[in-house]
Amino acid sequence: MLYDVLIAPFLDMADSPVFFAEVVIVGLLTGVMYSLVALGFVLIFKASGVFNFAQGVMVLFAALTLVGLMEHGVPTWLALILTVVIMVVLAYGIEWFMLRRLVNQEGIILFMATIGLSFVLQGLGETMWGSNVKALDIGIPDASFEVSGILLNEFDLFAAASGAVLVAVLAVFFHYTRIGRALRAVADDHQAALSVGIPLKTIWVIVWAVAGMVGLVAGIMWGAKSGVQFSLSLIALKALPVLILGGFTSVPGAIVGGLIIGVGEKVAEIYWGPLFGGAIENWFAYVLALVFLLFRPQGLFGERIIERV
Amino acid sequence: MTENTRKIGNTLLRVDDITLSFGGVHALNGVSFEIKEHEILAIIGPNGAGKSSMLNVINGFYHPQKGTIAFEGRERKRMRPHVAAEQGIARTFQNIALFKGMSTLDNIMTGRMLKMKRSFLWQALYWGPALKEEIENREFCEKVIDFLEIQAIRKTPVGKLPYGLQKRVELGRALAAEPRLLLLDEPMAGMNVEEKEDMCRFILDVNDEFGTTIALIEHDMGVVMDISDRVVVLDYGRKIADGSPDAVRANGEVIDAYLGVSHE
Repeated sequence: MLYDVLIAPFLDMADSPVFFAEVVIVGLLTGVMYSLVALGFVLIFKASGVFNFAQGVMVLFAALTLVGLMEHGVPTWLALILTVVIMVVLAYGIEWFMLRRLVNQEGIILFMATIGLSFVLQGLGETMWGSNVKALDIGIPDASFEVSGILLNEFDLFAAASGAVLVAVLAVFFHYTRIGRALRAVADDHQAALSVGIPLKTIWVIVWAVAGMVGLVAGIMWGAKSGVQFSLSLIALKALPVLILGGFTSVPGAIVGGLIIGVGEKVAEIYWGPLFGGAIENWFAYVLALVFLLFRPQGLFGERIIERV
Repeated sequence: MTENTRKIGNTLLRVDDITLSFGGVHALNGVSFEIKEHEILAIIGPNGAGKSSMLNVINGFYHPQKGTIAFEGRERKRMRPHVAAEQGIARTFQNIALFKGMSTLDNIMTGRMLKMKRSFLWQALYWGPALKEEIENREFCEKVIDFLEIQAIRKTPVGKLPYGLQKRVELGRALAAEPRLLLLDEPMAGMNVEEKEDMCRFILDVNDEFGTTIALIEHDMGVVMDISDRVVVLDYGRKIADGSPDAVRANGEVIDAYLGVSHE
């Protein structure tokens, strides 16, 4: 039994390295998709200390809007621009109807509000565009090809590349620009931020709009892969272990966390799955997160809470 | 003692008949005073006298029920924090309000927020004018860092710094805004003698070199008498004295307020 768990899987890996590489790559590419979703959470959490339960639904809403517009005969590029505009308007709406009313409230109250928001958004999206499963095709090629014996998929690579670009831009933006600094400042201390003249409301609109964009990118990638439907909002649940691994406040953490979960669950499924009767993939991420919580509750890159007493 | 070589100018800020209450508690009761350009004004008084409330009214965190605030001649019923910042009022807090996860340099850079005007798009690209602007402002912040002698902790997250240094960084953030009026809420609380001396020196230098007007709240009477040009005394939300340090020290009502004896 111990041999089966501890040794046999590694022998299998060594036996066919090409297959192992394929598994890892598929895992990495899935991981990028998880990262994209997790990123939306991190942005909002960093800038307002709010855990945005509605992020998954924002992904769904963005994808639904895009598909809905395209079904009405709007050309792809125009539909994309319109969706971006709608996400910005949505950010304004959220600031106006929700955040503004809840300044200085406890985090848990804001969290409850985002749960409400998720129902509103889901209802709104499905009322506007219908609740049937929609196929999303924005013309990304989806052919497979082989590099030194390893099978790759163009679509997955495209998704990974756009994820990487998005992350790079966000990282620079957060760390080196005035607005990025303002975002971090607001996350740290509302009152101090106000005293140096940071307009809280504008910052909130910006951050929710950016989270909307990230949601849109994630929505496009996932939607193109598995169709746009309600279950799209459930991938937000996969983002939770990613966040626990990477830390709630770290952009790079969201990326690395996503990759670890992606690779981890694929490798576990292929090599250890049979021992457990399969379908490890569905719960592996959560177990991994649980182990992390035991040993490193702030995540890989999260800020440790420093308190002087 | 300050050799008063700086010329004290006209009224920079005037608060008039400010009344502020929380429920039934009167924090401030018809308080009026002026802050003149280039001066160092100390606001003193026993605990609960309404000193911090006064600063919060000036910079717009609290909105008084009655009275007006006139900054540079412009009269207002109430300030708003970001308006106050735009007008050139910077402040520090009694219980340090720094951005704890950010480095010293980043904290001080947030003080430059309002000096940086490039649009969101340029910012996002981090290129062209936005980059140039970033560099210029960074240079200014380096000057502030040199001035406050905190070069060594430039990259340290401020949450890790000892208390005295955090106070200094907070002063740096306020200075980065090149304020017209600097409000300091107990800048020396909890410091040891050496740190206090440093802080006094910085306050005097700021006032001297940049001509910044300063209003500060402080409990250490030695410090207050040493560095301030004028002293306003609050007690139970009312102003009980306003004058030179020497005049205030000799004032009977002030002595009563501090010692709690009836004076007959």
